[in-house]
Amino acid sequence: MKILVTVKQVAVVDDEFEIDGLGIDDRYVTHDLNEWDEYAVEEAVQIQEAADEDVEVVTVTVGPEESEETIRQALAKGADRAVRVWDDTLVEAGLLDPATKARVVEAVAAEEDPDLVLTGVQSADDGFGATGVTLAERLGFEWAAVVNDLELDREAGVAAVHRELEGGIEELADVQLPAVLTIQTGINDPRYASLRGIRQAQSKELAVKSLEDVGLSPADIESPLEQTSLYEPTSESDATVFEGSAEETAGELAAVLREAGVAN
Amino acid sequence: MTVLTVAEHRRGELRPVSLELLSVGRLLAEETGDEHHTVVIGGDVETFGRKLDREGVETVYTVDEGEEFNHDVYVQAVTQLAEALDPSLVVMPNTVNGLDYAPAVASDLGLPLVTDVVDVDYGERLTATRELYGSKTETTIDVHAEAAALTVRPGEWPAAEGVNGSSVEPFEVDVDESAVRSTVTGFEEVGGGDVDITDADVLVSVGRGIGEEENLDLVFDLAEALDATVSASRPLIDNGWLEKDRQVGQSGKVVTPDVYIAVGISGAVQHVAGMKGADTIVAINTDPNAPIFDIADYGIVDDLFDVVPALIEEFGG
Repeated sequence: MKILVTVKQVAVVDDEFEIDGLGIDDRYVTHDLNEWDEYAVEEAVQIQEAADEDVEVVTVTVGPEESEETIRQALAKGADRAVRVWDDTLVEAGLLDPATKARVVEAVAAEEDPDLVLTGVQSADDGFGATGVTLAERLGFEWAAVVNDLELDREAGVAAVHRELEGGIEELADVQLPAVLTIQTGINDPRYASLRGIRQAQSKELAVKSLEDVGLSPADIESPLEQTSLYEPTSESDATVFEGSAEETAGELAAVLREAGVAN
Repeated sequence: MTVLTVAEHRRGELRPVSLELLSVGRLLAEETGDEHHTVVIGGDVETFGRKLDREGVETVYTVDEGEEFNHDVYVQAVTQLAEALDPSLVVMPNTVNGLDYAPAVASDLGLPLVTDVVDVDYGERLTATRELYGSKTETTIDVHAEAAALTVRPGEWPAAEGVNGSSVEPFEVDVDESAVRSTVTGFEEVGGGDVDITDADVLVSVGRGIGEEENLDLVFDLAEALDATVSASRPLIDNGWLEKDRQVGQSGKVVTPDVYIAVGISGAVQHVAGMKGADTIVAINTDPNAPIFDIADYGIVDDLFDVVPALIEEFGG
């Protein structure tokens, strides 16, 4: 069995930052493995560890060379090997919409022929939340979005999932394999990479491919979406903010709380 | 050309976002000069259909297929109706179920998709506003296409009002059963503990800023001093530090206490969706730009590990 996991390196913006054109000034940005993808990787590795059969876990990333640090994190947590797709055409493409990203991942999936694809529900930076289901539709796979519990029945070819709906309700659904499942945080408890894992990750295969390598041409990634501005939303705050030492602010807040009937 | 909006319901109730979508649809129809149609799929479509008869809606299409949401049916229904109507815009909800079918609809129809839209404008083309990097920035996106699909964030538009006398028409969908490869087998209420945060007058709610699980004692001490109940934002539940029934937010509980004290909570939109109805909102956070201050009535920009002990002392804890 083969599980393909999408792994994205996301931009994490400091509390204080400056906007530079259509992006955030580099000084205020760090990078990390997308939180939702971390849960997807963990889920794949747990399936591998619990399975009676051989399970290969392969990660796929659409991203620049800098994202290799993040990909190694996924390898250190137990993924077997990684594929990264990137070239100048993607650099110049600007905003990658879900369809474009799905098209690139689809090309990798077509080569890998996985039984199951796990993606994070969304990415922490652009947050489209749509690449997984778009990918499923393009691959002709079944899917489920926002999965927070997963039981695989390989013999029946079914994934029994819980989907986390709004308002504290979960939907229980049976999904036929092969499938793409978008994984919600909280489905498991992602492990820290062990020192041994980190060492081993250095020698695991990380294949780098261009669009041409995966059978795509520049015309395949022409996105109809154009980002035209980036700005800080205007604050609508009319909060009364107490200032001073912790004792002073706590004292003022205590007076307000007593006025509101708290602990009277 | 038309603007097509797609309603949402669950367990016999039309969800509020359905009427919000009608406001978006009406606005876009006015800007494009198109007709606005809406569709409801599954459940008690007759009752839902009557409720969707609002100002600006030309036709409410009803698709009588199944009781509950099934994405395979929804994709076929919306796609077939869109093929019949040839809409310039297909507007769907940015809900858990919306995200389970909208990308497939857009893919099948070959439409560009913009998700989680918080504002729209249609001049020469569709311009959608959405957030990037959590809620820290907003961005505008121009869509260079004749037609597009979008999902809109719940709670951003008012519910459509008025009764219009829209025509309510059944729309027959030719469901390909072989393409229905997922089955909804039931629903489950999440819980795990015996706390009812929806019933509390005062909530002390704790977020990622608490840092470590053992620091939660401090929050429970504050709650005790204030005769309050402890609730939490999502990361603490994901970490397994607190039971799921203490979670406030879109995927947790919606709470409406008299006083809501957010301790170390940044105020992500999913969290705010669950607590903005509180009478008085207090925020304690080190980051002055945290979105929680946008909805707070009172705020303290300081380290919670200094402020909370001082507050406990104030109340004789």
